[in-house]
Amino acid sequence: MRVALFVTCLVDLYRPRVGFAAVSLLERAGCEVVVPVQTCCGQPAYNNGDLGDARAIARQVIAAFEGFDYVVAPSGSCAGMLKCHYPTLFEDEPDWAARAEVLAARTHELIAFLVDELGREDFAARFEAQVTYHDSCSSLRELHVHDQPRRLLAQVEGLRLNELADNEVCCGFGGTFCVKYPELSARMVDDKAACIHETGADTVLAADLGCLLNIAGRLHRLERPVRVYHIAEVLADMTDAPGLGEAPNARTPTPDSEPGP
Amino acid sequence: MKSTAHAFKRNVHVALHDERLQRALHKAGGGFIEKRRAALDALPEFEELRRSARAIKDHTLAHLDEYLERFEAEVAASGGQVHWAATPEQARRIVVELCAQAGAKRVTKGKSMVGEEIGINEALEAGGFEAVETDLGEYIIQLAHEPPSHIIAPAIHKSRQDIAELFREHHGHHEALDSARAIVDEARERLRAAFLSADVGITGANFLIAETGSAIVVTNEGNGDLTATLPRTHIVLAGLEKVVPTLEDASVLLRLLARSATGQAFTAYTSLFTGPRRAGDGDGPETFHVVLVDNGRSEMLGNEFHDMLRCIRCGACLNHCPIYGAVGGHAYGWVYPGPMGAVLTPLMQGLGEAGDLPNASSLCGRCEAVCPMSIPLPGLLRRLRVRQYAAGGGSKRSRWALAAWAYLARRPRLYRWVMGLGVGVLAALGGRRGGLRRLPGAGAWTASRDLAAPAGRTFQAQWQRHLRGRGRG
Repeated sequence: MRVALFVTCLVDLYRPRVGFAAVSLLERAGCEVVVPVQTCCGQPAYNNGDLGDARAIARQVIAAFEGFDYVVAPSGSCAGMLKCHYPTLFEDEPDWAARAEVLAARTHELIAFLVDELGREDFAARFEAQVTYHDSCSSLRELHVHDQPRRLLAQVEGLRLNELADNEVCCGFGGTFCVKYPELSARMVDDKAACIHETGADTVLAADLGCLLNIAGRLHRLERPVRVYHIAEVLADMTDAPGLGEAPNARTPTPDSEPGP
Repeated sequence: MKSTAHAFKRNVHVALHDERLQRALHKAGGGFIEKRRAALDALPEFEELRRSARAIKDHTLAHLDEYLERFEAEVAASGGQVHWAATPEQARRIVVELCAQAGAKRVTKGKSMVGEEIGINEALEAGGFEAVETDLGEYIIQLAHEPPSHIIAPAIHKSRQDIAELFREHHGHHEALDSARAIVDEARERLRAAFLSADVGITGANFLIAETGSAIVVTNEGNGDLTATLPRTHIVLAGLEKVVPTLEDASVLLRLLARSATGQAFTAYTSLFTGPRRAGDGDGPETFHVVLVDNGRSEMLGNEFHDMLRCIRCGACLNHCPIYGAVGGHAYGWVYPGPMGAVLTPLMQGLGEAGDLPNASSLCGRCEAVCPMSIPLPGLLRRLRVRQYAAGGGSKRSRWALAAWAYLARRPRLYRWVMGLGVGVLAALGGRRGGLRRLPGAGAWTASRDLAAPAGRTFQAQWQRHLRGRGRG
């Protein structure tokens, strides 16, 4: 089973470890993972009204990712873009619309893919932590992913999950929204940080790096001792490195050391 | 009312720093959400009703001309009259003329968002009529000379103390009332006098029934009935999308409306008004008029904002919106706040005036998830952004940044090179701490958040190396 990894631009640039964690999980579940040359899914253009560039980027992604059994992304937001929005972009171009539909049907968010398509719930991971889990809006409402991450986390040894109040509420990232309306975004992530604090958790997990960058950025500014990881890092037993935005320390590998599985 | 939607960012700043408003919003916050959830849990067929409701509205909108003509004919058959208003000016003129014909001095008003939309109170006052709002929330904000901040709870931004203070000032006591009960009793006493002396009553309509020519008004205070039945003339103000074919259809929509709005199974009063008083009727107006307001609706009927015409003004999207919850309704600057307002205001006031509203959303989709009419609100906000982008809207800086990014994103090799450089620089700047507290040009992010430092080399670069290490590269 050949799986193309749509690693997402944020993981590519910010947190390559999440990409390697995704590869590790997919390979352990029996997939052959291929990483086509890629940039971004095009959401910044699509969500800012620039349909010309959104279509051009979508064509590029479709061309690079068709021909695989599955396309998997460690992000509900980007998987949602390929799955729910690409097919709507080509009303006047039936050829591209058909190719977009085929890609959409093969595209999955990583966590849902592991559970729903591969039937894997236990990766024998170990993580001693009180965690809380943030559902991203796209995972929750576009892709209807809710139980899958919880089922996977239930198998992680040492991990206790404290559910987050208001888990249906956005963290305030919203792509370019967070820099176009910084006051509103700051208020939303502040509310989220308060809910996280109330859970008493020492670690926040999510399956979208956009939310995680936003949440980690606010938690660090507030000097809250809460660690932030992508759920794939926990499931792939890759929590030996510092959490997102944490200072590296002597025990952990430097960015240039060989990462990954 | 005069729109301040153009000052949205400033309005947001003010609202976020208004402690009284923040306290009131915090107090109101979760109530509607919990009540709606409880109401839905008790109604297993909610999703089925939602599908039926959508089908009813879609069918009606596809044949809107026929149903409006039928409605007009049935109103005439029951002794009333329909007036067509293409613009807010026409609607105001019709209402003012009808009040003059009735020889009116005092006009009572039931809550009507279309009334707010066309600015009917100002027009009535300019015409020499005394307009009295009879919904308690509307009455409160009329005393305060403020617009509603919520489409079903217009004074939700006011605390009990704010209201007691307003009553003290306007009703001429020395001491402020100390309980909600005392406030309600005093309002009731004041409004009773207005009901009994009014010459014209103006209500909105939640639904118009084509097969009977009736208007349906729902209230929790009964003020709609007293406004409609006691004065000599009853004027119904309604957007032309309010019509549905039959009473049976309206009953489906009614089952969704109160549950979505307040979590009630049904509002306390659901009143049907059909024509003026007939021979033998115990009460009712002598004349019955319906003013159907277009104000951009017929244009939406044929364009990409068609879905918005299904809106039944329940307010669920406001109640579940994190932006509305943070700043309240007044920040939106015009009559309709929240997600539905972020779609309607630009369509009615123009994107030049209200260009911020469709952009000030993370497109989280909670509004669409709770909308009883399945209106794809985030999708409609995106369509407004498409219009805006095509018209050259938005700040120069953001357009330039988007264009530069898109140029790179369409050129994978160049992208890889430029981004590789970028993450290297950011990693060098922030690597030791793990993040940056400040970064020139990124103040919108770093004002309230640290910026995590990237790993220094992109995944794709590391992957290439990894493949070579595996002997596959």
